[in-house]
Amino acid sequence: MLLITCPWCGPRDETEYHYGGQAHVPYPETPADLTDEQWAEYVFYRDNPKGPFAERWMHGIGCRRWFNVLRDTATHEVLASYRLDEPRPELPQAGGNR
Amino acid sequence: MAEPTIDGRVSPLAHLEERMRAAAVTGARGVTLVERPFLTMVDLRVDPASETADRIGKALGAPLPRRCGHTGAAGPHTTLWLGPDEWLVLSRAEASQVTAELKDALGGDPGSVVDVSANRTTLELSGPAARQVLEKGCPLDLHPRAFGPGRAVSTTVGPVAVLLWQVDDTPTYRLFPRSSFADHLARWLVDAMSEYHGPEVP
Repeated sequence: MLLITCPWCGPRDETEYHYGGQAHVPYPETPADLTDEQWAEYVFYRDNPKGPFAERWMHGIGCRRWFNVLRDTATHEVLASYRLDEPRPELPQAGGNR
Repeated sequence: MAEPTIDGRVSPLAHLEERMRAAAVTGARGVTLVERPFLTMVDLRVDPASETADRIGKALGAPLPRRCGHTGAAGPHTTLWLGPDEWLVLSRAEASQVTAELKDALGGDPGSVVDVSANRTTLELSGPAARQVLEKGCPLDLHPRAFGPGRAVSTTVGPVAVLLWQVDDTPTYRLFPRSSFADHLARWLVDAMSEYHGPEVP
């Protein structure tokens, strides 16, 4: 069970949230000009890092707001959570301190 | 206005009233469960930083709570925090009257006021063992050091999403499940209460 801190409601169990995939995937600026390959890239292709990963979560049972979480995909450690209008925080020790 | 009609409403838990009454436990480990149907609930959305929010706070008699878990109470109204720009106004006044008052205060500014009284029903769980009953299925810390009278949060009890509001020190809790989930929640609570009929198992 992950303990995720909602920027508005504080720490709550993972069961209160929905997962929303990778964060910071911007909609194409000129969608009409995209080739099929570029569309496929935008729609289907996502990073799969081992280590810190920025992803979207939604607090469905609390305030029903979307926000971003930095999570270590290897240890499941929740490193930071931040609102959508905030930039991805710099980690002093990327990947944890172990 | 339309002709007055006979109130033919049936509450979502009318069929379990007898069951809930029979489940009541008295004594040091006492706990009771009742439904308080047809309370007025109005959903309010407005930008919390705007002057409109202040104006609505004045109309309600207490400023809108700005943090998760906080509530504001004045006269017949209690305002519960639902989100950074969303509140639920509970009231003992008529829904049409509360809605009209809030719409007046909102004026033409961005925001919304919607009567959602039929969305949820209200369960009242009260007694010395009430916290223990909830702790069987609620992931939140309900200990007095973290939660107390006048606090209200959205969470789950058992598998059901509820708005949970602690009213007093008895402790008395009010649970607001969506009407269609209320049957399951009431049965879940009746089951959770049953062990308190007997002596405490060491």
